[in-house]
Amino acid sequence: MNTLLYILLKRLRKPLIVLIAVYAVSTLGFVIIPGVDDSGQPWRMGFFHAFYFVSFMGSTIGFGEVPYPFTDAQRMWTLLGIYSTVLAWLYAIGSMLGLLQDKGFLRLLTTRKFAQQVKRIQEPFYLVCGYGTTGRDVVKGLEKQGYLSVVLDLKQDRIDALELEDYLHTVLGMCADASVPEHLDLAGLQHSKCQGVLALTNDDNVNLSISIASKLLYPNRMVVSRSENAITTANLESFGTDLIVDPFKQFADYMGLAAHSPQKHLIIDWLLYPDHRSIASTYKHNEGRWILCGYGRFGQALSQSMRNELTDITLIDPNLSPKERLLSPMTSGSEGSVVSGIGTEANTLLEAGIESAVGVIAGTGNDADNLSIIMTARELNPTLVTVVRQNHDSNALVFERLKADFVMNPGRIIAAKILSHLRTPLLAEFFEHALSLDEIEARELIQRIERTVGEAPVESRAITIGVDTPAVSRFIEEQGGLTIRSLMKSPADRAKALRCVPLLFKRGDSVDIEPGELTQLAVGDELLFCGVHDAISDQSWLLENDRSLTYVVTGNEQGNSVLHRLLNGVKG
Amino acid sequence: MNREKVIFGFFIILALTLNVGFVFGDIDNPAHHEVIELFLAIVVSLICTVLKFGDRSHLGALLLATSFVADLQLIAAALVWGYAEQLSAQGMTDAAMASVVSLAAGALVANIISVILLVVETASIRR
Repeated sequence: MNTLLYILLKRLRKPLIVLIAVYAVSTLGFVIIPGVDDSGQPWRMGFFHAFYFVSFMGSTIGFGEVPYPFTDAQRMWTLLGIYSTVLAWLYAIGSMLGLLQDKGFLRLLTTRKFAQQVKRIQEPFYLVCGYGTTGRDVVKGLEKQGYLSVVLDLKQDRIDALELEDYLHTVLGMCADASVPEHLDLAGLQHSKCQGVLALTNDDNVNLSISIASKLLYPNRMVVSRSENAITTANLESFGTDLIVDPFKQFADYMGLAAHSPQKHLIIDWLLYPDHRSIASTYKHNEGRWILCGYGRFGQALSQSMRNELTDITLIDPNLSPKERLLSPMTSGSEGSVVSGIGTEANTLLEAGIESAVGVIAGTGNDADNLSIIMTARELNPTLVTVVRQNHDSNALVFERLKADFVMNPGRIIAAKILSHLRTPLLAEFFEHALSLDEIEARELIQRIERTVGEAPVESRAITIGVDTPAVSRFIEEQGGLTIRSLMKSPADRAKALRCVPLLFKRGDSVDIEPGELTQLAVGDELLFCGVHDAISDQSWLLENDRSLTYVVTGNEQGNSVLHRLLNGVKG
Repeated sequence: MNREKVIFGFFIILALTLNVGFVFGDIDNPAHHEVIELFLAIVVSLICTVLKFGDRSHLGALLLATSFVADLQLIAAALVWGYAEQLSAQGMTDAAMASVVSLAAGALVANIISVILLVVETASIRR
């Protein structure tokens, strides 16, 4: 028997005993108390009649006195019996209702239901711990990729929010501490369809314990963890966590890239977010000094990242003490590179030299401050490049209206990074190589993608020849060579090219960024394409259908039935 | 001394003694078997069952099972009695009495096992 039933029975012990006792005493009373029959003879009620009478007396009151009219003594006993049985029933039903409304009991009920639902999952799913901005984005992204998610979060209102989101499939969620392995187990850690565990809570220790639990139970299962400090990161690495995301560093790198290398930033942005900004939005990159407002954890990571790129920065923060100013490596740059203040007032910005700066980054943890900084800075210097950090999703509307050059939401950025890793590790590899391009090469690449894709959303697809490409493998086996260009022709009309661009070609350890279209393919090669949605889905025909592939390569429309193949075989 | 244990032991042993009291005597002689005693035996047995609810241990499960058996046997005995007294044309016969008592005797065995288990459980606590 299960826990639920035990608790139910245990709690109902007392009311049940009261009920039994009251019924027993009333029945016994009727048996013992003497009565008279219709002819006036002394008569005693048997247990049969007594129990019959007590049964309907307790529940309905009013069948009359059976089988003979009662004596006064019997009536007195009936009076007592009516009140005691009704009270006993009220008590029993009241306890039962109380139990059903009991918080602990309800929690147990929902937990049980959740565990059963998880057990019944038939499709591959990810276990997502922590449903903040990042968690929500990841769950949405996973759904687009065709995966279910199971969510654990500490806050009940976030789990409630799950139901309000319009997901195609119901996303299962439970309010529980994810650092407890038992809860992870309930959420499907040991489920055979669980593809990976994503530890995205804002507590490093919780993430650590989630990752350890998962890696201990299933060493081969993917684990992605968020980590805020270097010690946790090192710890996570030590037992083979597949992807470790440091939100501050990630955000700083991304923001820093936007500031010092807009072209590369655009490439990454396009591939990460399907709905991309137009190419015209890249400003003309000016070498010069940037102003950074907010020197918290994000600010520190950001200044570190920008200093690596040898960009000159002026810091504005209310909490920078004189001692920190001395210690800060910033002071080694130019004079007055640290200003005390929030940055929302004109005089602070003027002190920081806003007129001579090329850009301003509003990176405080307060959205209202960030908005104010950008508005003030723009008034003082309209040519500034503006980068603003958005902390809360709910402020999206105002940030949209602000029309800053870059709006950056830390949670979003981490989510995009994780999703791209889950979708295709090749994409992450491409980013690594893209970062080593110089600005002119990056410009050429982004223009090429832009020519092909235009304003449509960009999608990407990784292909491993031989694994998910039956037609291509057969073709290579039978005909010998196949070039990348063949995979970029439309299966409907071979004269037309699919609107896609090959980004990466990988054979063994050698990696080729933007491979030539005449590259010969072999089994085991990995390819990364990006393009419009239609092109990516049309390409599946070439990969899986022999007939389409033969058509685009040779121009012959041939039958591909088993019969046809047999006939050809006989002829040949 | 644990009050809960006293109550628990009291009811389990009372169920046994009442049961013995009812079964004792000639099997087919209605004069030897008191109906009130059967009634009390049923009530006490039901209370025992409820008291055993919610114990998740192996022994607890076994105790609950014996209690269910006793309830079943005693209620069957009561039903036979009721049938013989109220519905059958012959009224209470020796044969009907014998079957009532034999059913109650079956419940007696279950109650004995219940008490043995209680003793075993008590003996296994080393304090």
